[in-house]
Amino acid sequence: MADVTLMKTPAETALAQAFEAVKTALPGSAESRAEAFELFAERGLPHRRVEEFKYTDLRTFMREVAPFAPTPSSAEAKAALRDAKALAGVEALSIPFVNGHLVRDEIDFSKLPEGVEIVPLSEALAAGHDWLAKLSPIEWARKNPVYQLNSAFMADGVMVRLWGDVATPVHLRFVTSSATAVATATRVLVIVEQGASVTLFETHESTSGAGHQPNDVVELLAGDNAHVHHVRVNAEGDQALALSTFAVKLGADVAFNTVNVVAGANVSRHQVFAVFEGENTKAQINGATMLKGRQHGDTTLIAEHAAPHCESRELFKTVVDDEATGVFQGKIIVPHHAQKTDGRMMSAALLLGDGASMNNKPELEIFADDVQCAHGATCGQLDEDLLFYLMARGLPKKEAESLLVQAFLGEAIEAVEHEGARDALVGVVETWLKARG
Amino acid sequence: MLEIRNLVVQIEDKRILNGLDLTVNNGEVAAIMGPNGSGKSTLSYVIAGKEDYEVLDGEILLDGQNLLEMEADQRAAAGVFLAFQYPLEIPGVASMTFLKATLNAQRKARGEAELTTPDFIKRVNAAAAKLEIPKDMLKRALNVGFSGGEKKRMEILQMSLLEPSFCILDETDSGLDIDALRIVSEGVNALRSKDRSFLVITHYQRLLNHIVPDTVHVMSAGRIVKTGGKELALELEANGYADYRQSEAA
Repeated sequence: MADVTLMKTPAETALAQAFEAVKTALPGSAESRAEAFELFAERGLPHRRVEEFKYTDLRTFMREVAPFAPTPSSAEAKAALRDAKALAGVEALSIPFVNGHLVRDEIDFSKLPEGVEIVPLSEALAAGHDWLAKLSPIEWARKNPVYQLNSAFMADGVMVRLWGDVATPVHLRFVTSSATAVATATRVLVIVEQGASVTLFETHESTSGAGHQPNDVVELLAGDNAHVHHVRVNAEGDQALALSTFAVKLGADVAFNTVNVVAGANVSRHQVFAVFEGENTKAQINGATMLKGRQHGDTTLIAEHAAPHCESRELFKTVVDDEATGVFQGKIIVPHHAQKTDGRMMSAALLLGDGASMNNKPELEIFADDVQCAHGATCGQLDEDLLFYLMARGLPKKEAESLLVQAFLGEAIEAVEHEGARDALVGVVETWLKARG
Repeated sequence: MLEIRNLVVQIEDKRILNGLDLTVNNGEVAAIMGPNGSGKSTLSYVIAGKEDYEVLDGEILLDGQNLLEMEADQRAAAGVFLAFQYPLEIPGVASMTFLKATLNAQRKARGEAELTTPDFIKRVNAAAAKLEIPKDMLKRALNVGFSGGEKKRMEILQMSLLEPSFCILDETDSGLDIDALRIVSEGVNALRSKDRSFLVITHYQRLLNHIVPDTVHVMSAGRIVKTGGKELALELEANGYADYRQSEAA
């Protein structure tokens, strides 16, 4: 057999070199990092002929690789957090990361609220902490090249354990402040114990406009009877190539509710892998995405109903202005034993710009015979008759459009139970609409 | 005062209004009656500023201002109000949010200060009580799940809050039962004043028993073909539109 030499893109070569340079310096097992990188390197950056990346060709989008950011100085971290605005006004226990590094000074480990334990990931990796066994719980993620890169490069993060009724929301703040483009690979594991009730915020933003390349992963394990509310905001800078993964494993009788609002980044790819492991769990998985200019925003979701009698509702709303491109790929998987599954997924897009486009790919993969599953996808423009109705009442055209866009996105956002967070998300939409002019 | 002169309008190459002339004086309630397809709704949309129509000739002046040069929102700020035959449902927009946005947009366009929230709520509550609109209806998304009668009452509520100078009621009686018709008509009658004029578009005479017009115009094939007093409506009710249809054919 002839030797086959795989052609690597310059970015793939740069990633391999970067990995060689850091693999022994990073905390934890170099072997498991090498394993993750090899899995990635076998296939390289995913491109349009890889089905899951059909609409988001990372070979094209990632021409160059930004260097990983060094740990910021205390003053730099403080300044970055002061300038970070996403959900900043909502009272919460803040767990901040600046340029991919946990800012320990900002957390008073001796005075954490009842029901909260935080372990810095870099320490845990170095010390071989017990909870590390819980890391990477979802196979869909482990098979995913973006996640594999995070596993190879993860430099810092936290592991958070929550139990009981945790009254204060926990806010994971990911802030990039470097003036030049940097890459980050942060990993967060959230362990929600049985019967716990928690609210989790996750915000991603940049206080500089550089072309950062964050690749952040949040993993969440929800024990039986847990109540988990999760709100995520992508407010990345307009040059960023933002890759992210949210991997969730839900026990029995869990009530899980997540809303992701995307308003930032030049190119974003957010991956959600939710696995229903216990019976009678209910999940609401929502997204509201706003794209303009030449932005590209991809949300890719897999909801695996691995246990019977679970219910999931997925509602994704995308507004695409100018020449931006939206992507939604959603798949509900029901194995043969997961009878009585009830899953409904809807993706609706509103195209505001003449050059705007939306790629909707909803899928159902059902092997059980006693289930109720449905999916829908729509793509349309603002209703001219509604616009006329509003204008005939005196609203100028832009205001009328804004009101209709707010109403459209509002349906996905109203699932947020935390009032302060919900108001803040409505504020994100209003700011976006105002910037339309 | 509204003055329409020689209005010629088409939509997708189909001529709908054919040299229409109409004058409605301040304080006057003018009714327009006519068979289906005579162009009544088109007239209301063209006055309010819907974009689908192509105006080939003529002018529409409200107190001397040329409406045809204005966008729909500017016409609203200038005093035009169209009560829709089929008010639209707007999911996700609470009725109160909508009312406040429209009221303040018009005030802003006229260079007036925005209303404070307590002042706004006071006005809405007072106007809603007169129209027997329960408060929970105002909290719901605009017109979503409202009955036909509720939708029409909501239109009149908007009219009373926005205080327009020229009101068009496009088949406001359609879909109303007797009680709703009475409430809506009383709401309209309460707004009659020497500075405000009305154009009441209807197929049937029954609405005009409640909202008694000063003048009645008969419309056919895109023109006003006869004008009279309120007794003309009774005559039409008795004889139908056959005479006017013949004049179309001729």
